[in-house]
Amino acid sequence: MKALIFDLKRYAVHDGPGIRLNVFFKGCPLHCLWCHNPEGVAFEPELMLMPNRCARCGDCVRACRYGALNQDSEGQVEADRSRCTLCGDCLEACQREAIAIVGREMTVEEIAAEAEKERVFFEQSGGGVTLTGGEPLAQPALAEALMDGLRRRGIQVALDTSGYAPREIFLRLAEKADLILFDLKLMDEKKHQKYTGVSNRPILENLKALETVGRPVWVRFPLIPGVNADDQNLEAMAEFLSGLKMVQQLSVLPYHKGGVEKFRRLGRQAEFAVFEPPSPEQVEKVIGFFRKKGFQVKRGG
Amino acid sequence: MKERIKKLREQSVNTRPSISPERARIVTEAYRNPEVQRVSIPVQRALVFKALMEQKAVFIDEGELIVGERGPDHKATPTYPEVCCHSLEDLETLNSRPKTSYAVDEETLRLYHDEIIPFWRGRSMRERIFAEMTPEWKAAYQAGVFTEFMEQRAPGHTVLGDKIYQRGLLDIIKDIEESQARLDFFNDPEALDKQQELKAMAICARALITYAHRQAELARQMAAVEKDPQRKRELKKIAAVCDWVPARAPRDFWEALQYYWFVHVGVTTEYNTWDSFNPGRLDQHLYPFYKKGLEEGTLDPERAKELLQVLWVKFNNQPAPPKVGVTAEESGTYTDFALINIGGLRPDGRDGVNELSFLILDVIEEMRLLQPSSMVQVSAKNPDSLLLRALKIVRTGFGQPSIFNTDAIVQELVRQGKSLEDARKGGSSGCVEAGAFGAEAYILTGYFNIPKVFEITLNNGLDPRTGKKIGLETGDPRNFQTFDELLRAFEKQMRYFIDIKIRGNNVIEKLYADYLPAPFLSLFIDDCVLKGKDYHGGGARYNTRYIQGVGLGSITDILASVKYNVYDRKTVTRDELLRALSQNFQGYERLRDRFINKTPKYGNDDDYADDLARLVFEMYFGLVDGRPTVCGGTYRVNLLPTTVHVYFGRVTGATPDGRLAHEPLSEGISPVQGMDRKGPTAVIKSAGKIDHIKTGGTLLNQKFTPQLLAEEEGLVKLKDLIRAYFKLMGHHIQFNVVTAETLREAQKHPEKYRDLIVRVAGYSDYFVDCARELQDEIIRRTEHQGF
Repeated sequence: MKALIFDLKRYAVHDGPGIRLNVFFKGCPLHCLWCHNPEGVAFEPELMLMPNRCARCGDCVRACRYGALNQDSEGQVEADRSRCTLCGDCLEACQREAIAIVGREMTVEEIAAEAEKERVFFEQSGGGVTLTGGEPLAQPALAEALMDGLRRRGIQVALDTSGYAPREIFLRLAEKADLILFDLKLMDEKKHQKYTGVSNRPILENLKALETVGRPVWVRFPLIPGVNADDQNLEAMAEFLSGLKMVQQLSVLPYHKGGVEKFRRLGRQAEFAVFEPPSPEQVEKVIGFFRKKGFQVKRGG
Repeated sequence: MKERIKKLREQSVNTRPSISPERARIVTEAYRNPEVQRVSIPVQRALVFKALMEQKAVFIDEGELIVGERGPDHKATPTYPEVCCHSLEDLETLNSRPKTSYAVDEETLRLYHDEIIPFWRGRSMRERIFAEMTPEWKAAYQAGVFTEFMEQRAPGHTVLGDKIYQRGLLDIIKDIEESQARLDFFNDPEALDKQQELKAMAICARALITYAHRQAELARQMAAVEKDPQRKRELKKIAAVCDWVPARAPRDFWEALQYYWFVHVGVTTEYNTWDSFNPGRLDQHLYPFYKKGLEEGTLDPERAKELLQVLWVKFNNQPAPPKVGVTAEESGTYTDFALINIGGLRPDGRDGVNELSFLILDVIEEMRLLQPSSMVQVSAKNPDSLLLRALKIVRTGFGQPSIFNTDAIVQELVRQGKSLEDARKGGSSGCVEAGAFGAEAYILTGYFNIPKVFEITLNNGLDPRTGKKIGLETGDPRNFQTFDELLRAFEKQMRYFIDIKIRGNNVIEKLYADYLPAPFLSLFIDDCVLKGKDYHGGGARYNTRYIQGVGLGSITDILASVKYNVYDRKTVTRDELLRALSQNFQGYERLRDRFINKTPKYGNDDDYADDLARLVFEMYFGLVDGRPTVCGGTYRVNLLPTTVHVYFGRVTGATPDGRLAHEPLSEGISPVQGMDRKGPTAVIKSAGKIDHIKTGGTLLNQKFTPQLLAEEEGLVKLKDLIRAYFKLMGHHIQFNVVTAETLREAQKHPEKYRDLIVRVAGYSDYFVDCARELQDEIIRRTEHQGF
């Protein structure tokens, strides 16, 4: 059994307590226009070009048997992804790691072996592994096997999820996590549909259902001006969350343009949008708003 | 900060270092004295020291509480012509060079021209050393295979223990007399040597008391005419303190500090010792005085802090003695490596952290001075609060304090044969060197350029930079069918150069023991007085000589590249590799890219490379550790560079890890610059794979941006990162907090900064992988981040 993983990140310090290993599952049922990990959206491996590392030597173009790569007049490499078979020949040819295939199949054992390398840091810091993505619950069998495998090894597990998953799967996996990082984006269903491609009803219902699970929950709120920074949304969120006892902490994550460069590298600019990051004052205001409502609020993850 | 401290600090910071000819003049006059010429060498040195203590200028500056300086003014730096007699050209260079310059006035030049140079030319230790070195030694030295610490500076490198806080010099003179009484002229062939050495020590002890009394007298004279009643009281107190210490054991906090400072002035006036003397475990030494002062109501924390701050200014007033030539290259800095130790264990093994540990950290943070340098010793028994307090200073980007693992240091020292108690009384000094404070001479003898030896191996004994044959003919590497054959040739070549270095060291050690003993320093390092033996001649309880290996990261990546690309994957032939190196990769750019990007590298927790790091380390250790020195000591290894990795890189051609000719080597045990791409935990895992306990110190540098450490949580995680490294028995770690300027450099040269992690928002990322707009934003943020 294998999962499609797009990155393993060591010394992750913003996604749960302590020093962590982030396991990024590839594929997400949501399609948020502001996504800062756009390489985690599609459920299959993708070709990614890193022009900042490219020597413009053309080795990759020559190595491609399918005519999927070519250079423009300035030597910049372009990809015709419809022709690409993800054979990896161009990766071999490139000596600068300017081309990558994001997403590779990994077994539980392979991922656990990476986690073992970080054990001394987990144990010292109270950290562990965070399953994130994309959406880990979109590959439930592997996510569950991984959580079981890590727990057997005595490694703490956090689940970072959009909450968008069938109830039964959601609850079963939530129960196996030591901590749930729950991304809450928008309270208005129509807006949620517009910006993420799905309704928020199952998300909100799942969050509520966590009450029965008895695991601590940290809610994470990406703050995006023009989308969810308005009073109406904030009030609705506060009201919804204030009834939930298992929510220990609310993290306000100011939107940033970190994903924009990645859209380009994936050749998927058209599918996403660019927003303006909130001003520091605006972030402070929102944090203040939630603090006043009695929440434990943190800036950033 | 009090007004007094602010003024003294500003004065210290703003004064340009200068060369003072005072010491050279007094020393030269003393050596001309027929009475001095008639006596034995140790007594001769004692009489020279006595002349210095009787004649060097005394002054007390406005606001000073701790008195005495090495030179006749702040930052007036003496010279040591008996060790290294500077030429007029040297003095011109010191005056005019852009980095670490020293002002040299006409009077100094005239004195050097008329008196100093004519007397010392042909007689200085430097000239003696070069005259005694073999042609092989000279060839290797000139090629940059190793450096020689003692060619311009005296051995030194030791740290004071707790002796002076219990015994005044009058007590130590009694110890000397007892040793004299024990001398056995019937059975001990060295009895006369010991008698002369002990006599010299006693002269030195009395000379320092004389110097203190001159300071006391000056203070009294100044008090008599002082108008300000408060300052008048202070001057009277200074006089009383200097009358009491160093003759007698200190009774309070002030006297303890002043006693230490007198000893410091004495040690650094006797010689230009390497890695300047320092009080070592200051929080533990001073704590009894601090506690007593608080209990009796004669001291409060503010006053204690003020006195410590005054001492800090004193340290900063003493730039390193001037260095020229290769020695300036290997240690291009004003800092003289006085490293104050905070924290750690008590001799009985209990947690040694106390109130003063925190007070001293406050002093470090407020003073923000180049000198003294400072470090925190962290044992598993020490509280996290100490480490967190230290990290709050680290994040301000000051580069201090560095963080050391007490539990590793104790094990290292015990492995070397020290008693457990002596090991716990020890710590680290200089950069990272472990020592048993107060009882050990642990002398650094020079840096050793490991990648250069590999380059010579690849060239069958030739140095490609000069075309000269300086090494062994270990075979044409084109004929090496296996990686093991290459390794064996490399080991043979390593042994050859290490033997050359050790042969030279042994001669130099004996030259210092015979011609330039250090009877003053010997007063304070056990068991010199007890044994009647000089510090330079094996008098200390423990005698260690280090050869500092340089370029562990570079040599690991070099070996990994050859093994991976030439022998395992066979993607490049031996011949092609040698051609690419000789062409400095010109016309071989793709190959270089492959070596850099697609080859296993140290620092990524990848056993393919890390196993080679262990292999090289064990090879180096095996070739050096345990070998005897001439005065009864033992050779050991440590891994640190100061600034020599830049010089060693400059003399080393292109290397198989993709490094271009003349670029710096890796420093300490840090990965090659920019080659660690899996974050700090992977670096720590890699660095933790070598057996630190077999060393006398390793140095690991890490970069951080301030945002990562801005909040308490970031600090706690950094603390845990350090604790985890120390669980793996890492010896030392230090942090460079990255500035906006560095980030701009990284934008320009991304290939050199691929390891640089920045906090973007709710996450961190490699800076060079961020989009330009984002990079600009992070730079702006970094510029505005203030603590």
